[in-house]
Amino acid sequence: MASKRARALIDPLLDNNPISTQVLGICSALAVTTQMEPSLVMAAALTAVCAVSNLSVSLIRRHVPANIRIIVMLVIIASLVIITDQILKAFFFDVSKQLSVFVGLIITNCIIMGRAEAFAMQNGPLDSFLDGIGNGLGYSAFLLLTGFCRELLGSGKLFGVEVLPLTKDGGWYTPNGLMLLAPGAFFIIGFAIWALRAFKPDQIEAD
Amino acid sequence: MFEHYLSLSLKAIFVENMALAFFLGMCSFLAVSKKVETAVGLGLAVTFVLVITVPLNQAIYVGLLAPGALSWLHADLATVDLSFLNFLTFIGTIAAMVQIVEMILDKYAPGLYGALGVFLPLIAVNCAILGASLFMVERNYSLLESAVYGFGSGIGWLMAIAALAAIRQKLRFHNIPAPLRGLGITFIITGLMAIAFMAFAGIQL
Repeated sequence: MASKRARALIDPLLDNNPISTQVLGICSALAVTTQMEPSLVMAAALTAVCAVSNLSVSLIRRHVPANIRIIVMLVIIASLVIITDQILKAFFFDVSKQLSVFVGLIITNCIIMGRAEAFAMQNGPLDSFLDGIGNGLGYSAFLLLTGFCRELLGSGKLFGVEVLPLTKDGGWYTPNGLMLLAPGAFFIIGFAIWALRAFKPDQIEAD
Repeated sequence: MFEHYLSLSLKAIFVENMALAFFLGMCSFLAVSKKVETAVGLGLAVTFVLVITVPLNQAIYVGLLAPGALSWLHADLATVDLSFLNFLTFIGTIAAMVQIVEMILDKYAPGLYGALGVFLPLIAVNCAILGASLFMVERNYSLLESAVYGFGSGIGWLMAIAALAAIRQKLRFHNIPAPLRGLGITFIITGLMAIAFMAFAGIQL
């Protein structure tokens, strides 16, 4: 039993990653990752919402009629996202401005909806909670990797602190502007999936 | 006046393309783009729902949720600010609209209903729809402007997914490294398409 719970937590990191295998929650992974700080905040917010929503959906799973479950889940998720949004506005106002509509879009982030539907409706509260955290962490891993590459290569900084001295300040690094733009994120995630699947050949799509 | 709306819709289609500039609706964008027909069907459904929900949400926001919006009800309510409820209201409107559209199509246009099939309920969690409503609030669009904006962003999304599906159909005959096949190469193609769409950025309409 303990190993099953550990698996629920660890599986989504590499073997069943929400982004690279389940193709869920791509939108925000691309949009908020130009810098490390918003990526980190977004990852934390999503993990928290996912865990709590999985827990709540699992608690009421026996009392919800099947044909209205989607709207019930959306209400639960939307309420949690409102709370998250208010907390971010209160304590991290600058980051919250930077994330703009993407905090609200956590509601339609398919990871949360997908896990609530696929896992929490069938499993007990504790397992669902761990599954939520696990998937949140899998998503966070991808988000932080992308944020790391984009901020380091795009502006020579990490968390806003200069790591690679830029040429315009007399250093040697010429920033790659592509990384800060939309397409850079696609390339990084595309190559990351390539690397992951080369490392784990069983994930290769048959096509 | 007409030019204002024309430029607004062109801006929503090309410069601020939902899929390729803002990455919204990416999950279905990547998952449902294997065949052109299904991609176009989904794109049409998304456009349809966007045209209805964005103005509807605009009316709800201005009439009920915005700071001081309730003053028409009673003078004391002029200080009430319900805008923190907008996520909940918008997603409710969208889910309800998708359900209604589904029932109407089922009754009056069974052919179209059959063609869209499984994609209709999926639209409720397509972030392009909720995103358009949230952008509408951020940019203070009027009722007519939000209808035009909803239409434009829907058409832009439709165009992007149809183009991606066409490219992916061609790719079937190419020799791509095995680990890159499927999702990996799709990401990279989408990146290249986004670069092409960046040519529109900076155009002032």
